Amino acid sequence: MSGISVWPVAASEAAGKVDAIVIFLLVISGAILALVGALVLTFSIRYRRGSSARRGALPELVNREVEVGWTAATLLLALFIFAWAGSTELSAFQPGPDALEIHVTAKQWMWKAQHPNGAREIDALHVPRGEQVRLLMTSEDAIHSFFVPAFRIKQDVLPGRLTELRFRATLTGEYTLFCAEYCGTLHARMGGTVTVMEPEDYARWLAAQPEGDDLGREGRALFVSLGCAGCHEGSTVVRAPGLAGVYGRAVNLADGRVVRADEAYIRDSILQPKRDVVAGYQPLMPSFAGLVGEDELVRLIAYIRSLRTEGPS
Amino acid sequence: MSEALREPWDSLRRQREAASFGMWIYVSSEALLFAGLILAFAANRFLHPEAFAAAGRETNVIYGTVNTLVLLTSSLTMAVGAEAARARLRTLALRALGATLVLGLAFLVIKGFEWREDILQHLVPGPGFKLDNPETQIFFALYWIMTALHGLHLTGGLGAVGWLSWQAWHDERPLRSPAFEAVALYWHLVDIVWVFLYPLLYLGGRT
Amino acid sequence: MSEIATPHAPTAPARPHAGDSYLTAEQGIASWFLTTDHKRIALLYMAALTVFFFIGGAAAVAIRIELVTPAADLLSADGYNRMFTLHGLVMVWFFLVPSIPNTLGNFLLPLMIGARDLAFPRLNLFSWYLFIGAGALLLFALVAGGVDTGWTFYTPYSTTYSNSYVLTAALAVVLVGFSSIATGVNFIATIHLLRAPGMTWFRLPLLVWAIYGTSLVIVLATPVLAAVLLLVVAERAFGLPVFDPARGGDPLLFQHLFWFYSHPAVYIMILPSFGVVSELITCFSRRQVFGYSFMVYAIMWIAVIGFLVWGHHMFVSGQSLYVSLAFSFLSFVIAVPSAIKVFNWTFTLYRGQITFEAPMLYALGFIGLFTIGGLTGLVLASIPIDVHVTDTYYVVAHFHFIMVGGAVTAFYGGLTFWWPKVTGRLYPQFWSRFGAILMFFGFAFTFFPMFIMGFLGMPRRYQVYPPEFQVWHILSSAGAVILAGAYLLPIGYLAWSLFWGKRAGDNPWEATGLEWQTSSPPPRDNFRSPPVVDTGPYDYHPDGEGPHHTERAPHRMQGRQT
Ligand code: HEA
Ligand code: HEA
Ligand code: HEC
Ligand code: CUA
Ligand SMILES: [Cu+2]
Repeated sequence: MSGISVWPVAASEAAGKVDAIVIFLLVISGAILALVGALVLTFSIRYRRGSSARRGALPELVNREVEVGWTAATLLLALFIFAWAGSTELSAFQPGPDALEIHVTAKQWMWKAQHPNGAREIDALHVPRGEQVRLLMTSEDAIHSFFVPAFRIKQDVLPGRLTELRFRATLTGEYTLFCAEYCGTLHARMGGTVTVMEPEDYARWLAAQPEGDDLGREGRALFVSLGCAGCHEGSTVVRAPGLAGVYGRAVNLADGRVVRADEAYIRDSILQPKRDVVAGYQPLMPSFAGLVGEDELVRLIAYIRSLRTEGPS
Repeated sequence: MSEALREPWDSLRRQREAASFGMWIYVSSEALLFAGLILAFAANRFLHPEAFAAAGRETNVIYGTVNTLVLLTSSLTMAVGAEAARARLRTLALRALGATLVLGLAFLVIKGFEWREDILQHLVPGPGFKLDNPETQIFFALYWIMTALHGLHLTGGLGAVGWLSWQAWHDERPLRSPAFEAVALYWHLVDIVWVFLYPLLYLGGRT
Repeated sequence: MSEIATPHAPTAPARPHAGDSYLTAEQGIASWFLTTDHKRIALLYMAALTVFFFIGGAAAVAIRIELVTPAADLLSADGYNRMFTLHGLVMVWFFLVPSIPNTLGNFLLPLMIGARDLAFPRLNLFSWYLFIGAGALLLFALVAGGVDTGWTFYTPYSTTYSNSYVLTAALAVVLVGFSSIATGVNFIATIHLLRAPGMTWFRLPLLVWAIYGTSLVIVLATPVLAAVLLLVVAERAFGLPVFDPARGGDPLLFQHLFWFYSHPAVYIMILPSFGVVSELITCFSRRQVFGYSFMVYAIMWIAVIGFLVWGHHMFVSGQSLYVSLAFSFLSFVIAVPSAIKVFNWTFTLYRGQITFEAPMLYALGFIGLFTIGGLTGLVLASIPIDVHVTDTYYVVAHFHFIMVGGAVTAFYGGLTFWWPKVTGRLYPQFWSRFGAILMFFGFAFTFFPMFIMGFLGMPRRYQVYPPEFQVWHILSSAGAVILAGAYLLPIGYLAWSLFWGKRAGDNPWEATGLEWQTSSPPPRDNFRSPPVVDTGPYDYHPDGEGPHHTERAPHRMQGRQT
C-alpha cells in the first residue's frame, strides 16, 4: 500500500454510518479536550505563584450550582451520544429478507467458506457488490473473530454456536480479512482476503468453481444416512413432525413458548432436542451431539432450509 | 497468660469490634467467591435443565441430608462456644468447641464416604462417565469443585477452632480474646454456604 | 500548636528526634522481614513492585522491538504470545493493582487518619508474603515455559487448546487476588475504626476516600475472579468440564464472570490515582479542593456503577444486542463522575497560587492523559464504533492512556510528593521536573500512534502485520525508548537523594495533611502524641478568601498534637 493513510477505506453500507459517528465523536472529544486543556493551561499561567492576577474568594458565579450544571451537562451529552450510537446499531440490525447466505467455519488457523451452491474457499471470500450477504459462522475449536476493517464489521465466531454477520459491500476490490480474537500460536497469520465483485462477475466466478455437490443435496444424503428420515418421513413407530416448511415458521413448543425456526433453532433441535420440544410431540428425538460435526450440521440445516419450498405447509 | 490487647488498639472493646468487623468484610468476600460458582451453576442449569435434573438424581441425598444436619448442629455448638468464651465460662467453652470439632470432622468423614461412592459409580466427568448425556458432566464438574472447595474451607475452619481450643486449654489465650467470635463468624459462613449447596446439588433433580 | 506552617525551607534542620525514625528504630534483616510496621511493609511492597515493573517493562521492550518490522524477527510466534501475556499479567496484577494502595496507601493511610498502624498489622505482613508467593509462582510459570492465553484467559482456548503453564499462572493470580483482598479488608477496617478524634468521614483527605472506595471494590469483585479462575484450573488439572463446548459448556460464561471482575478492576487501578492527584493539585495551587463533597460522591458513584458495565467488553462476543445496549448506556453513565473529577481539579487551579514542582507536573500531565484515555473510552462504549475497533490497537491505546498515562503517572507523582516524608530526604528538583516532562511526551509519542493504527484496523496480539501499519509501529517503538528513560530516571535521582539529598523538614511542601505533622521520616508509632482533628482537609487559606498572590497564605494544619 502506497503512502500513509489515516482513514481506512469505507467499502460497505455500515462503514458510512460508523464513520459519521466517529467524526462526530472526534469533534466532541476534541472540543472537550481543548476546553480542559485550555482551562488548565490558562489557569496554570495566570495563577502561577507571583503573578499579579486577582486571587481572593471565588466569584459567586463559580459555586455549587456550576458543579450541578456541568454534571448535568456531561450527563446529557453522554446520553445524547449513546442515543445516536445505539439507534444506529439498532437500525443496522433489522434483517434483510433475501440475503445471500454463506457458511463460514473457523478453525486454528484458517477460514473455510462455503457458498449456497457448495463452492468452497479457504482464507478467501468472494461476494457480489450491493447484495445483502449473511454469514453463518461457527468455530471448530477456540473462539475466533471475523474482522474486515474496510467494512467496519467484526463478529466473534464461537465453538458450539452459530453467530451471524450481515453486510452489504458497496465498493469492488480486495480487502483484508483478519482474525481479531486471540486464538493461539498463529492467530496473527489467520487472515485472508474478501473480494467484492460486480454481481455478474460473481456469478461467473461462482460458475467457474469446482461445483462441489451442493449443500442441500449433501444434507439430504446425511438426513437419510443418520436416520433422521426414519422418524421424520412418515415413520409408523415414532410420531415426529414433518420438516417440510419448518424453516422460518413460528413453532409452538410444548412448554408454551413460540420460537422462530431459524438455523440456531434447528441446530439446537438436532444437538439438544429436549431443550425445545415441539408442542404435541413426545421428546423422543435422540441428541446427535458428538455424532454430527459442524460441516455436517451445516449441510443438514441447508437441507432442512431447502425443504422450505416443497410440500404443503 | 499473654494480654489480649494488641497494637494499634487502646481498648479491648474496640479491638473486639475490629475483629468481628474485619471478619464480616472477609466473610462477605468469601460469600462472593461461592456466589460466583453458584452463578456458573445456575447459568448452566438454565441452559440444560433436564441434564441437570437427571444428574441431580445421581447424588446421594441421604449423605447430603445427614451432613446438613451435622453442620447445622456444629454451628449451634460453635455459637455456644464463642458466647461461653466471651462470658469466661471456661469448661463450657471448651466443651462446645470440642463438640464443634467432632461434628466438623464427622461432616468430612461422611463426605469422604459420599465421594468414594461417587467415584465407584463413575460420577467423575471424563471417559466412562456414568450418564451418556454429556451435559450431565457439567453438573458433576461443578459438584466436585463446589463440594471440594467447601470441604477445604471447612478444614480451614477446623484448623482454626482446633488451634483456639488448644490455646484456651493450655491457658495460652485469654478467653476474652476476640478471636473466638471471629472464628465463629467464619464457621457460620462455611455452614451457610452448605445450606445453599444442599438444595442445588441434592434436591434439584428430585422435586 | 503547630497551626502556623513551618517556614518553607528544605534546609530546615532535622528534628532532634529524627534519629529514632521507623527506619532506624529496629535493626537487622529480621526487623524488616518480620516487621508489622505499615511503613516498613510499604517499603517491602515498593521493592517487590519495582522488580515486577521491570519484568513487565522488559516484556514491553521485547514487544516493541519485535513490532518494529512487519515480519517476525526477535521472537517465535509462541514466544510473542507468551511475551504479551506475561506483560499483561505482571503489569496488571503484580504492578498496577497493588501499586498505589499497597505502597503509598499502606504508608500514608494510618498517618493521614492519625492512627498508630493499620487495624491488623500482622495480616498486612501476611498479605505481603502472599504477594511474594504468588509472584514466585508466576515467575516459575514464566521460566518453566510461559503462558500464552493473554491476560484475559479466555475459554475454551485457555482450558482446552493452550499447552502452556496456564494452571500455574491462574493459581498465581488467584493467590495475588487473596493478597489484595487481605489488604482491602485491612484498609476498610482501619478507616472505619482508627480515625483520630475529630476526623469525621467528611474530613477525610480524598486519598483516603479513594483508597476506601478501591478497597470496597477489591473485596467485592476479586473473589469472583478467584472463582472463575479456579474453574479454569479445575478443568485443566482434573478435566472437570465447565466450559468445554463439546459437552455443552457455554462459550460466553467465562467472559461474563471474568469481566464482572475485570471491569471493576480497572477502577481499582484508577481510583487511587484520583486520590493522589487530588492531594497534589490542592497542595501546589494552595487552594481548598473544589467541590470536596462532589469528589467524594464521584468516587463512590464510580465504585458502585463500576460493577454494572462489564458487558461493554463483549459487544461482538455474540451477546444479545439489547444486553449490549444496556451495558453501553451504563458505560456512558459512569463517565460522568470522572467528568466531575476532571472539572473539579481544573477549577481547583482557578485563582490559586500555583507552583510547578515535579509532583505538580505529573498531576497536570495526568489530567491531560486521563482525559484522552477516558474520552476514547466513550468512543469504545458506542457499540457501532466498538464493533470496528474492538480487539485492535485502538483498545490497546485506550487502556494504556488510562493505566500508564493516568495511573502510572499518578504513581510517580505521589512517589515524588511523599518521598521526603518516606525517606526524610529531598531530591534534585531539576532532574525530577525534567523526568516528569519527559514522561509526558515520551508517553504520547509511544501510544498516540496506536489510536491511528487501531482505527485503520491493526488487530491486537499480532506479531506479524501488513506493512501499511509499520510506520505507526516504528513511531510507537521510538517513543517507548524515551518512555523507558523517563521511567528509569526517577529511580536514579531518588537513589541519589538517599545518600546526598538534603534533609527534608517535617513539611517541605507546606501541605496540610496529618502526615505532614509528624517528623520525616516518621517515628515507629507515627505520632509523638495522638493528634486531634478540628478542621477539614486542605485548609490552604482562610475560608472565603483565596491565597495572596505573592507570599504564601498561612495554611492551617488539619490537626493538632495534643
Ligand atoms: C484504569 C483502567 C481503565 C479505566 C479507568 C477505564 C475507563 C473506561 N473504559 Fe476502559 N478499558 C481498560 C481500562 C480502563 N478503562 C482496559 C484494560 C481495557 C481492555 C481490556 C482488554 O480487552 O484487554 C478497556 C477496554 C474498554 C472497553 C472495551 C473495548 C473492547 O475491548 O472492545 C470499553 C468499551 O466501552 C471501555 C470503556 C471505558 C469507559 C467508558 C471508561 C470511563 O470510565 C472513562 C471515563 C472518563 C472520561 C469520560 C474522561 C473525563 C471526562 C471529561 C473530560 C468530561 C467529558 C465527558 C463526557 C462528555 C461524558 N474500556
Ligand atoms: C497495567 C499496566 C501496563 C503498563 C504500565 C504497560 C506498559 C507498557 N505497555 Fe502494555 N499492556 C497492558 C498493560 C500495561 N502496559 C495490558 C493489560 C496489555 C494487554 C495484554 C494482552 O493483550 O493480554 C498490554 C499490551 C501491550 C501491547 C499490545 C501487545 C499486543 O496486543 O500484541 C503493547 C504494544 O506495544 C504494550 C506496550 C507497552 C509499553 C511500551 C509500555 C511502557 O509504558 C512500558 C515502559 C516501561 C518500561 C520500559 C520499564 C522500564 C524498565 C526498563 C526499560 C528495564 C527493562 C529491562 C530490559 C530491557 C532488560 N502493551
Ligand atoms: C427417534 C426419532 C427421531 C430421529 C432419529 C430424529 N428425530 Fe427429529 N424429531 C423427533 C421428534 C419426536 C421431534 C418432535 C419433538 C422435539 O421437538 O424434540 C423432532 C423434532 C425435530 C425438529 C424440530 C421440528 C419442528 O417442527 O420444530 C427438527 C428440526 C428435527 N427433529 C431434525 C432432525 C434431524 C436433522 C435428525 C437427524 C440428524 C432427526 N431430527 C432425527 C424424532 C426424531
Ligand atoms: Cu483465529 Cu485469532
Ligand atoms: Cu471495562
